[in-house]
Amino acid sequence: MLFGFPILSTLIWLPIIGGLLILFLGRDRDNFTKWFALSVSVVTFLVSIPLWTQFDTSTSAMQFVEQVSWISQFNIQYYLGVDGLSMPLVLLTTFTQILVIASAWDVIKERVEQYMGAFMIMQGLMIGVFVALDGILFYVFWEALLIPMFIVIGKWGGQDRVYATIKFFLYTFFGSVFMLVAFLYMYFQSGSFSILDFHAMHLGSTAQILIFLAFLIAFAVKVPMFPVHTWLPDAHVQAPTAGSVVLAAIMLKMGGYGFVRFSLPITPDASMELDWLVIALSLIAIFYIGLVAMVQKDMKKLVAYSSISHMGFVTIGMFLVYDIVQNTGSIQGSMIGMEGAMIQMISHGFISGAMFLMIGVLYDRMHTREISAYGGVVNTMPWFGFFAVLFAMANAGLPGTSGFVGEFMVILASFKANVWYGIIAASTLIIGAAYTLWMVKRVFFGAVANDNVGSLKDLNKREFAIMATLAFAVVLLGIYPAPLIEVMHSSVANLLIQATTSKL
Amino acid sequence: MNFVIPSFIPAIPEIVLLTLTSLLLIADTIWSKRSEFATYYATQLILLVVGYLVLTSFSTSQVLTFDGSFVRDAFGDILKLVIVVVSMGIFLFSKEYLLQNKFYRGEYFTLGLFGVLGMFVMVSAYNLITMYLGLEIMSLALYAMVAMRKDNQHALEAAMKYFVLGALATGMLLYGFSMIYGATGSIQFNEMAQIIASGNVDNVVLSFGVVFIVIGLAFKLGAVPFHMWVPDVYHGAPTAVTLYIGTAAKIAAFAMLYRILVEGLPGLVKEWQSLIVMISVLSLIVGAVITLVQENLKRLLAYSGIGHIGFILLGIIAANPDGYSAAMFYTIVYVITALAGFGMIVALARTNNEFDLIADFKGMNKRNPWLALMMLFIMFSMAGIPPFVGFYAKVVVIEEVVQAGFTWLAVLAVVMAVISAFYYLRVVKVMYFDEPEDSTKIEPVSNQLNWAVSFVSIALLVLGLMPSSLITLCYNSL
Repeated sequence: MLFGFPILSTLIWLPIIGGLLILFLGRDRDNFTKWFALSVSVVTFLVSIPLWTQFDTSTSAMQFVEQVSWISQFNIQYYLGVDGLSMPLVLLTTFTQILVIASAWDVIKERVEQYMGAFMIMQGLMIGVFVALDGILFYVFWEALLIPMFIVIGKWGGQDRVYATIKFFLYTFFGSVFMLVAFLYMYFQSGSFSILDFHAMHLGSTAQILIFLAFLIAFAVKVPMFPVHTWLPDAHVQAPTAGSVVLAAIMLKMGGYGFVRFSLPITPDASMELDWLVIALSLIAIFYIGLVAMVQKDMKKLVAYSSISHMGFVTIGMFLVYDIVQNTGSIQGSMIGMEGAMIQMISHGFISGAMFLMIGVLYDRMHTREISAYGGVVNTMPWFGFFAVLFAMANAGLPGTSGFVGEFMVILASFKANVWYGIIAASTLIIGAAYTLWMVKRVFFGAVANDNVGSLKDLNKREFAIMATLAFAVVLLGIYPAPLIEVMHSSVANLLIQATTSKL
Repeated sequence: MNFVIPSFIPAIPEIVLLTLTSLLLIADTIWSKRSEFATYYATQLILLVVGYLVLTSFSTSQVLTFDGSFVRDAFGDILKLVIVVVSMGIFLFSKEYLLQNKFYRGEYFTLGLFGVLGMFVMVSAYNLITMYLGLEIMSLALYAMVAMRKDNQHALEAAMKYFVLGALATGMLLYGFSMIYGATGSIQFNEMAQIIASGNVDNVVLSFGVVFIVIGLAFKLGAVPFHMWVPDVYHGAPTAVTLYIGTAAKIAAFAMLYRILVEGLPGLVKEWQSLIVMISVLSLIVGAVITLVQENLKRLLAYSGIGHIGFILLGIIAANPDGYSAAMFYTIVYVITALAGFGMIVALARTNNEFDLIADFKGMNKRNPWLALMMLFIMFSMAGIPPFVGFYAKVVVIEEVVQAGFTWLAVLAVVMAVISAFYYLRVVKVMYFDEPEDSTKIEPVSNQLNWAVSFVSIALLVLGLMPSSLITLCYNSL
């Protein structure tokens, strides 16, 4: 609540109700539908700004809290709040949403109201995931998200969209049901579904291991981590541009968020016991999936694999804590890894979103994503080339862009934990640069490859505005990440204390 | 011997129902010649009256009458109200279906009302004989309803199967009843429970009795391995009758399960619990796996219903009041969802086109986006995906088995839920992603049905957003 105004509820329900309205009102009124969707997303973004400006950075406590009894029989509450870990993600969601809506403007021609409605409902649900402080409420948002995404990929996707969307749905559903069982077990132990009560409860070592594994399955599928990542390239390749943007920029973050909100604070001892598992899987993602990205012929697939590789930084950054504490004897040193992971999440949201939008722009014009179909695009689309190179550099982790900050912090932390971790993690600077720049070279530079490329038109005003906004965000975060680090600092410190305090 | 006149008050709804239905039976022969729908409207009116009577005499404490053979309590009253509401829905859907398929007859409704009477008696039975009476009243009505389409080979075959296997099941039940009576010397549930608790009984006979009773119950519920009749009967029967068997009858079967096992044989909980665990596990697995290959939506719903029975039994396994409440909540939710699902088929069925193949739903989003959305609600609620109410039904039963220490069973159940999500998704898939073979707009056969289907489907969402009152109702009734 802010001065008695339920700001978090507004952020959740404004887009959902708007989405439902447009489903019913927007039939055959495409222009109205688009403007309505855009206005709602802009208003939602404006409403979310006070979260940042009024945020108290000195505390790790939950802020803007709303709490109402929902299902009293099981002590399930409608309980919302944000801290430094979730607030930036909420803003990322509201910010990205505007670009998502704008990106679909001229592209979607069939059942526009269903498309816009689905994205608006998804936005509300995603915000719900990040602000829910009750396990069941969290789960409801988490699962409900699958429904609109299922429809979006399956209806507006590419050739094999049905296979991809069912795979996406079943993989993520399979992962999350274990989380539900873990929630129920903890409810049985603590008598409450409140996530804060989960944090405070005592758990034996076997229980912790089982709960940790249940969480790991749920979040690993979502992040996604090797070896349960295979749904992601399929889903990305088949999804329409906006679907890919939402998937990469926000939905993957839900997995990372799950680790910091649930795994580390609720099962610290099991996390310490099994951190090698997460670290190993993350390193495989960073190194091996990076190599896989290099051989892709389809641009979207390349960026999808690159996403998995970059999300490996998020998970490794989070689980380096224990090794660093062992080596240095203080949790202060692990701060940089955790904050690096959090910044990587936000930055990956911008960069991967930008990369998918870029491919979307090309696809709209040429209807192919094969790298080999392009060449010399910069000659016909100079502005587009400018942005593309900027985002590619950011994706490769060039200093001065947001991609550098997070990766650099995590690599530093890796070296503190173990030299080998550091070396493998740092290899991404080479591999990432290789696949991104190679793609840029083949698509944008050189002579104009064929007549199709020759007749391309440069960005229109709408596309320019989208690209420029993202470019601004990427560069701003790259040269001045301090405000972001500041808002999350207290919460990260608190998280590290929770993660390193034994519950046994 | 002095004859004590029992108190009739607690049984007023049943008495009124019986009287009015009997009168309607006679009236129908006269009415049907003049006004086609008089019997239908009278049926709905009778249900309204009975529902009103139950509601006004709602009892929060247990009242026994008729020498202890009949009970009135909150558990029973809630189930009766659900039966009344669901039956009203069933008859509404049936009327249009019977008209479409040209076998509209008044008997359908009178038989249906007798079935409801049987269900009421089962819900309120407090000794083995009353239970048996109720069961037979209901079953006989159902057998006749399945066989009502005399010209349809499938329906006749289904009726035959249903009758023979149903009789077998009843035989098993009776055999079990006789053993329990032999061991305890009583047929009354509370006395049986006391005698068993005292320990002066032959345990071998009792154990055998429990086995036979559980087999009989499993037959009636349609749980694995006694489920073979379910798909054939659901498929073969006219959809309106499937609607009746698949929904209202399930509530009565659940009531029977609860009354006999929990109120009559609580002392044997160890024996029946292990049996129910087996039946539940098998039902969950068969319900999830065999459903995968079904091409007919009625068969799909039949097999998935077996899986849902597995979930209901999970609550019973917990063997405590909270577990039973969870099972009751699941039953009610399942029945509402199934009503919507079968109702959808009924609403779209036309003369010569049953509209029960999954392929019939191809491209539904193009042909009628509103109904496609309603079907999506139904399918996701069945799959147990939030924010639909089916999710909470699964959560409460799983929560109770976890609490009872059967965590492995909870994990198995959620894995089966994931597998079953696949075939519900398939229906959504064909509706939204496949191209329709015939692009004309599909409309329900009548406006009334359009409203009815939409109402029930939206209820799944509304109950999902605000499940609190229904959950509390179930938890406070035991």
